[in-house]
Amino acid sequence: MNVMTDPNAARKAWLGLLAKAPARDLAQLWAALDLKAPHQILRAPEIGGVMVRGRAGAIGEAFNLGEITVTRASIKLEDGTVGHGYVQGRDKNHALQAALIDALMQTDAAARVRDGVLTPLQATMTQKKSTRAAKAAATKVDFFTMVRGED
Amino acid sequence: MYVAVKGGERAIDNAHAWLAEERRGDTDVAELSVAQIREQMALAVNRVMAEGSLYDPDLAALAIKQSRGDLIEAIFLIRAYRTTLPRFGGSNPIETEDMQCDRRVSATFKDAPGGQVLGPTFDYTHRLLDFKLAADGEAPQAPSATAPTEPTPHIMSFLDRENLIQTEKTSETTPDDLTRKPLELPASRALRLQSLARADEGFILGMAYSTQRGYARNHAFVAELRIGAVAVEMDIPELGFAIDIGEITVTECETVNQFQGSKTEPPQFTRGYGLVFGMTERKAISMALVDRALRWKELGEDNLGAPAQDEEFVLYHSDNIQATGFLEHIKLPHYVDFQSELELIRKLRREAQDAMSQEAAQ
Repeated sequence: MNVMTDPNAARKAWLGLLAKAPARDLAQLWAALDLKAPHQILRAPEIGGVMVRGRAGAIGEAFNLGEITVTRASIKLEDGTVGHGYVQGRDKNHALQAALIDALMQTDAAARVRDGVLTPLQATMTQKKSTRAAKAAATKVDFFTMVRGED
Repeated sequence: MYVAVKGGERAIDNAHAWLAEERRGDTDVAELSVAQIREQMALAVNRVMAEGSLYDPDLAALAIKQSRGDLIEAIFLIRAYRTTLPRFGGSNPIETEDMQCDRRVSATFKDAPGGQVLGPTFDYTHRLLDFKLAADGEAPQAPSATAPTEPTPHIMSFLDRENLIQTEKTSETTPDDLTRKPLELPASRALRLQSLARADEGFILGMAYSTQRGYARNHAFVAELRIGAVAVEMDIPELGFAIDIGEITVTECETVNQFQGSKTEPPQFTRGYGLVFGMTERKAISMALVDRALRWKELGEDNLGAPAQDEEFVLYHSDNIQATGFLEHIKLPHYVDFQSELELIRKLRREAQDAMSQEAAQ
């Protein structure tokens, strides 16, 4: 992801992280940050479905695979900054917190929020992924060829 | 005589109260939590998500608890819940090429880049009951190894490069959705794949097996089977760009099938495709075989009259909620229907008897 080529890359990255992170981890980190961020709710949390699509033969035309549950919410900070949260699952608080963090990341508080919430959240997610990848790697087959005795 | 039937409310209430008690079972045994089902009955949860057509492990686990482990009943609950959700939109097609694979095997190429990764599979187990599981055991720990950094490209892409495999049509149009419009025939491949992805595993397995046994045989190899996590990305109108809105585990199966060529196509390999929510490889392989069998028309093959080639037969009978709804409704009161049948039989009997006694009299 290159910020130079895509002006939205940074925001896209944090929104994606907030969507996929476990609600509990996010809630803990947010509480620990102890940041006062008065805001009003623009769009109350709403639970809905998103139709997930695949491609025929992995590369062909799109088809509908099935839905996932998603919760969304939007908030506005006192200075007018708007934040949107779209998160996987049905946790309304998760969506509100994501929206709030999205808004704060567009303000002077960005560095604090990044260090206190996003960076550790990303670290936990990366850790989980690499643990799984390491277990998968341990099940990789090492083929060896038997040498045929020709004498 | 027509008799209006009302009542039964008390019997129904009491039946449901007993159902709740029986669901709980012996209270000396600890109650199952939804989280326990989600974590320890994961493959049942996956099946309910796949056939319920809604990816939400907590809801699927709850449905399994509520249905006392009757998975079709659980799928019914999920389908019913799904209809209550407002649709926020459709995702961009998931990129299975970028999957973080827990499992990735190929039956066609031993030395595929990325290797053969077995993952947490039942394959090569001896299918002997493990009585250690009946005792309280310690949590097992899987070994780790250094994870490779190389990508895991689709194995089909190698055949594609040599032009030995039929190409896939691409189009960026929004696919038809059978949850929005009733399924009409002939169905596009997109609709067939959607229908197969949520179809009953047992039915699709049977159909796939019939092609292997010779009913429209198309000799499939599993070119690749991969299971793992992929991101789900969707365009968000209020943002003006796409973001990841979640991550799901899917099973993808690509088959490569022998093809002698037809009136319209040169000899080449052809494809079957299976993609299913969760770790559901029996279903994904079955789906790929049935998808391939249903493609006879576009590949210019002969219709051999095999069940798996008949899209009406396959698509209209593969949905276990539709099937169970129609099948099970015959146990519900049909008193009036039956009363008229009874009247009819009595009348026919009477006429037959009258005719016989008349004959005897002559």
